[in-house]
Amino acid sequence: MARSAAAGLLRHLGPLAGEAQARGLYPTQYASTNRAFSRFYWIQGQQHPLYGYGNNVETNDTQQSAQMNFEVQKRSFSSAAAHIQRNPAYSVLNPDDVSYFKSILGESGVVQDEDRVAVANVDWMGKYKGASQLLLLPKSTTEVSKILSYCNSRRLAVVPQGGNTGLVGGSVPVYDEVNGILTCEAGCVLENLSSFVENKGFIMPLDLGAKGSCHIGGNISTNAGGLRFIRYGSLHGSVLGLEVVLANGTVLDMLTTLRKDNTGYDLKHLFIGSEGSLGVVTKVAILTPAKLPSTNVAFLSCNDYISCQKLLLAAKRSLGEILSAFEFMDRHCIDLAMKHLEGVHNPLPVSPYKFYVLIETTGSDESNDKAKLEAFLLRSMEDGLVADGVIAQDISQASNFWRIREGISEASVKVGAVYKYDLSIPVEKLYDIVEEMRGRVGDMGEVLGYGHLGDGNLHLNILSTKYSDKILAQIEPFVYEWTSKQRGSISAEHGLGLMKAEKIHYSKSSEAVQLMASIKKLLDPNSILNPYKVLPQSVL
Amino acid sequence: MKILVAVKRVVDYAVKVRVKPDRTGVETANVKMSMNPFCEIAVEEALRLREAGAAAEVVAATVGPAQSADTLRTALAMGADRAIHVLHDPDPARPLLPLAVAKILRAVALQEKPGLVILGKQAIDDDCNQTGQMLAGLLNWPQGTFASKVIMDKEKATVEREVDGGIETICLDLPAVITTDLRLNQPRYATLPNIMKAKSKVIKKVTPEDLNVDIRSDMEVVEVTEPPKRKAGVILSSVDELIDKLKNEARVL
Repeated sequence: MARSAAAGLLRHLGPLAGEAQARGLYPTQYASTNRAFSRFYWIQGQQHPLYGYGNNVETNDTQQSAQMNFEVQKRSFSSAAAHIQRNPAYSVLNPDDVSYFKSILGESGVVQDEDRVAVANVDWMGKYKGASQLLLLPKSTTEVSKILSYCNSRRLAVVPQGGNTGLVGGSVPVYDEVNGILTCEAGCVLENLSSFVENKGFIMPLDLGAKGSCHIGGNISTNAGGLRFIRYGSLHGSVLGLEVVLANGTVLDMLTTLRKDNTGYDLKHLFIGSEGSLGVVTKVAILTPAKLPSTNVAFLSCNDYISCQKLLLAAKRSLGEILSAFEFMDRHCIDLAMKHLEGVHNPLPVSPYKFYVLIETTGSDESNDKAKLEAFLLRSMEDGLVADGVIAQDISQASNFWRIREGISEASVKVGAVYKYDLSIPVEKLYDIVEEMRGRVGDMGEVLGYGHLGDGNLHLNILSTKYSDKILAQIEPFVYEWTSKQRGSISAEHGLGLMKAEKIHYSKSSEAVQLMASIKKLLDPNSILNPYKVLPQSVL
Repeated sequence: MKILVAVKRVVDYAVKVRVKPDRTGVETANVKMSMNPFCEIAVEEALRLREAGAAAEVVAATVGPAQSADTLRTALAMGADRAIHVLHDPDPARPLLPLAVAKILRAVALQEKPGLVILGKQAIDDDCNQTGQMLAGLLNWPQGTFASKVIMDKEKATVEREVDGGIETICLDLPAVITTDLRLNQPRYATLPNIMKAKSKVIKKVTPEDLNVDIRSDMEVVEVTEPPKRKAGVILSSVDELIDKLKNEARVL
């Protein structure tokens, strides 16, 4: 599919700030990732007689130019994956509330149309379904502040949601070219920001598959990782300032554009990755690295996992300043990609290898960088770390290599059921769980291991023809317990959301979770922001 | 038999081409340069013929500045046996035209005496689609252009060409010139072992003067400009309005 066409399609799809493994613009990739965490629903009162319908069926809405959606829900979740009892402490939406919202946002900013509200109610996989009855489309910080202040006083639950609206007319980014700092509203689509700064010779410090539809505000709220992570690090490093609206409507101005600022506690970090549970990000100042002209991509094979590890270490030493991606995938991934992806062929068809590695370098001098990469790879081959490999000679070949890595998600959903886990594990142990899982699942499913090896981030996928309790029993809680034992993280870049809110203990001590709960209570005493997510209900 | 393959270094197919502010040409500074995709197909075809036993040696040749050696290295890394680099520093106002390139390649062909010369049907930068035909004319050899299939026999080459409305099959006496179309083959990747081998392969450097070729051009580039930007479309509210626009604005009815 043409990239532009795919990008156009994506604009019709919902937000996906947490997804970070895909780089190309293949819409079906989204289907394979749990997105529940990147959507934030308002859970609200008992079913009100005025709004007598049950769960919504979603359709798309692409006409909005709002920077953010707010949904108001009225019933408990009805979901294939989780049943959550509605908290009776929340109020019920009534006609006066709706009139009030209309008085702030105008008729066009308040959506009650069943079909349009339904758009925002289901996550991409269709795994989680909300029951919102009201969608609000604020255009400014003031409007967000008024909404939250009102909802807090009425105790109406709020789910901030980015993405989904696609066209962001009102958000005009401001750029400081000397310092490379971009200041924009939260509703800017990542891809639009990317082209905006690229015209000025810079790039966004993050890049992910959902870039065509995800909003920068959502990226920050979920601390999205992605493909440039190994080079430019986490958003905790690149975000210089934020403007956040707190649950009670207070506008918290932390929108500084300073590289260094050690005055008091650095509060912005609380909102990066808190998944909308502490406040609503409305403006962002972000540091953008310079765009470099030379990119080289190599696709390699290794005979065993220890070689992949040694290769990573060697790459960090020899390619340090130009290394921009180090991705790995096992043979099962390659076989799957070759079987299910159209027009993709294995660059190393001669004999099957157990592991494949994609290395990308980005630098400022084409011939220097290429010579350096070639010398490194030839040395690695002599040392036996690399069994075979190819180096892209042009951009089309480079995209072909990336297409394989990025297409794994897309290919995996074609099998039927996919159980996806996004784990941070020390690199030397990273592949152990894939092999153990293979032993546990046996003939019931196929286990794939791939991911951002450079960041110690494994994507563990278990494929089967259909979802079954028998397979799930083999996977969970084993996968969480195992990760916990290695002091790994059960969510490397995807977040906790609804799916893993109750699982936080596997990665965080109870003292830490308690402190998080105290912070939540301090910032959102009525717990109106993004309820039931991130933290277990027992601590709130 | 020996096969001579001509390759050209061009702005990468995937790069969005920008015109220089002074309108003398397109921007090439800090822009990714790669082998012309049709030349890649030509190299691949030559390699396949050699692997099938129809040729003993594949020689890649290019005309261009020092950096064009990278393109020859790519051809060598794909599997060509050796390369010839005809050095020429381009002058944007006086670009090297297909006739000059064809004269240079003719001189190279007379020295190398290949049984077959394979070129891309055109380069994606100037889209001339002339060099192969001119070379065949200058050498007075038969030509098979826009090849989508090549079959070698001892003294003959059978070439299938994509023409309007079907496939034309022609038979060429060797030596001959063939230019490649997109569907001829899928070029291979440069593997690490082949990249390593390519490092020890020879690139012979010559100048047009060495070859006694006059590359003076009678043509001068006056100005290079971007195509006009497409105007935004409009959404009409009725069929009547559409008919009115078609009649009075577009004047097609």
